[in-house]
Amino acid sequence: MNKNSAFHGTAEQKARLMAVIEESRSTPGCLMHVLQEAQGIYGYLPIEVQTIIAEGLEISLSEVYGVATFYSQFSLNPKGKHRISVCLGTACYVKGSDKILAEVEKQLGIKCGECTEDGLFSIDSCRCVGACGLAPVMMIDEEVYGRLKPEMVKDILNKYRGDNK
Amino acid sequence: MEKMINLKINGISVTVPEGTTILQAARKAHIEIPTLCFLKDVSCAGSCRMCVVEATGARGLVAACVYPVAEGMEVRTNTEKCRRSRKMTLELFLSKHKKKCLSCERNHNCELQKLSLGYSVDEDRFKGEDFVLPIDLSTPYVVRDNDKCINCMRCVAACRKQHVNAIGPIGRGFNVHIGSAFDRPLADSPCVGCGQCIVACPVGALSENSTVDEVWSALGDSAKKVVFFTAPSIRATLGEAFDMPIGTNVEGKMVAAIRRLNPYAVFNMDVTADLTIMEEASELINRIKTNKPMPMFTSCCPAWIKFVEQTYPEFIPNISTCKSPQQMFGALLKSYWCEKHGIDPKSLYVVSVIPCTAKKYECKREQMKGDVDAAITTRELARMIKTAGIKFNELPDEEFDNPFATASGAGAIFGATGGVMEAALRTAAHMLDGNFEVLDFFAVRGTQPIKEATYLVAGHTLRVAVTSGLENARTLLESIKSGAKKYDFIEIMACPGGCVNGGGQPTLSDSVRNSVELKDARAKALYTSDVHNGLRRSADSPVMDVIYNDYLGFPNSHKAHEILHTSYKENKKI
Repeated sequence: MNKNSAFHGTAEQKARLMAVIEESRSTPGCLMHVLQEAQGIYGYLPIEVQTIIAEGLEISLSEVYGVATFYSQFSLNPKGKHRISVCLGTACYVKGSDKILAEVEKQLGIKCGECTEDGLFSIDSCRCVGACGLAPVMMIDEEVYGRLKPEMVKDILNKYRGDNK
Repeated sequence: MEKMINLKINGISVTVPEGTTILQAARKAHIEIPTLCFLKDVSCAGSCRMCVVEATGARGLVAACVYPVAEGMEVRTNTEKCRRSRKMTLELFLSKHKKKCLSCERNHNCELQKLSLGYSVDEDRFKGEDFVLPIDLSTPYVVRDNDKCINCMRCVAACRKQHVNAIGPIGRGFNVHIGSAFDRPLADSPCVGCGQCIVACPVGALSENSTVDEVWSALGDSAKKVVFFTAPSIRATLGEAFDMPIGTNVEGKMVAAIRRLNPYAVFNMDVTADLTIMEEASELINRIKTNKPMPMFTSCCPAWIKFVEQTYPEFIPNISTCKSPQQMFGALLKSYWCEKHGIDPKSLYVVSVIPCTAKKYECKREQMKGDVDAAITTRELARMIKTAGIKFNELPDEEFDNPFATASGAGAIFGATGGVMEAALRTAAHMLDGNFEVLDFFAVRGTQPIKEATYLVAGHTLRVAVTSGLENARTLLESIKSGAKKYDFIEIMACPGGCVNGGGQPTLSDSVRNSVELKDARAKALYTSDVHNGLRRSADSPVMDVIYNDYLGFPNSHKAHEILHTSYKENKKI
């Protein structure tokens, strides 16, 4: 969980989530569906959203959290303005993409799965973007960066920092 | 009629009802199949793969705890293939298990250790990723050391069975670990402290937050007068820690052993169980006569109180304001007893021995902080006795110290579900109608989920209900909320079966727990002691006369309220 990011849910978002809960609550095993919808509404599943779900479905927060952390599709952290995705697929991995990921984490001071405090970047890992010939590869938003070396990461990130100013 | 199935287990023929698992059927053939994630009445996940066996008609090895028997099936439980598989499973468990066995409180009482020895494992065969998780010391009741956890999920099942759901599995794959939502400390979760997770744990991942060291320090401090008292159920379970049969009443040896730890006095908590009844029965009668909120709930169980405050705060006005026997005793010692003997209450160090982990939290509640200085579990007392080199089994029987030695049989049965209700009925009925002589209220005894009875006393109809286990408590509360049920007086204990099955009781091996009815066997010791006690009614105890004549005046007096009653506060948790 990224402790730095404050929750900015709106009343409208909550009303939408409550409507989903209301129509799903009588269906056994509806938790995953509700979590999916909630992620669609909020973009991620922070404690505030999971608490609304737990109270709405009258189940414990621990149960909600267990499901939310089991499936990699669910995110507990908001996504940044720029989404970085480092490929850890086989080809990229043998070409040292773990070191690229480590460098991105170092440069941004956050871990994979987290979002920077200013909301500019979030990091995720992925499995193969279909550019194995360029391994190791990372994507920032829709842009693919290939044949990476750790020392290249800083300059690439700076390009995005620039456009925030 | 039930369809019967014939099968052979290791060549021995057995006939069992359809739907029986191989594990249950094997027991009929007097064969035990090793288990880890299975625990009778609590958990049957079929996930640990320890109970794998060969069975005809099945592909590969099957998990005996969940695999149903079939006609003509031949089962082999101890083949080379089974043993190799179990050994490998154990070695994989051990690959990320913190092997700090020497000082582990489950050393010699650990299922993983016992099986590892039996299957001659190499504990270092696989080197798992070092995965150091923080030890959760946030509560006084449960300590979690996840580096010892084998993810068997028995604690999660125990918590689910209680319908508390404070803990669950988090994450996936190698990173799975058990904890509270958002990995928050247990103190921030809806945990009620019942400790059922601890007694369900097969290894040393869960334990009480021990205060044994503080008690040793107090015992060694010449400026302190250390006083012990023991809860009703301790006499029925302490013997188990010294290899005595389940249900052995060891009251005399228990007193002798504690006396050899050299405290100032050893008292009997049954006395304040009697006192609780005097206060609670009077409160009940007062509530009936003055139309106060009904039904009235008992208040002896701190996990139940915590549960109401967190989950059903609307019932707070219905809970008896009586402190629990533990807290009454502490308060009485630090007021009445200190005054009478000219002892400075600050120099008095009160140790209660309780079957319960929630009592460790209870004595720290702000409403009654300081009444009891340390609450130690049956397990902790056993450990102290062993450490002090006291040969428990060889000790003579000794008696509690006066003036808090004598108690009624009603006080003793507090330790079993239905006991508080029965004790209260004996005294309340007699208070309402001096000619009411019934002493045995069989309808409220036993371990059925919810027990109900109606009694007619002096023109009053008393509708009572008794339950234990928070799953049942929830059912009962919902039936009252919906208006489906109406009662006047209700006893609730958080642990299934009551204090005899408390979270602080000795941890028995799976081999024993999966084959005996623990709750009944332990409760029997208490009911036997009740029958043999000349005093059956709390109000008949001469100690009650002394306490009320000397100090409190009469039940529910102003002074009694000041010392023996408490209050509750909503504290919603999810």
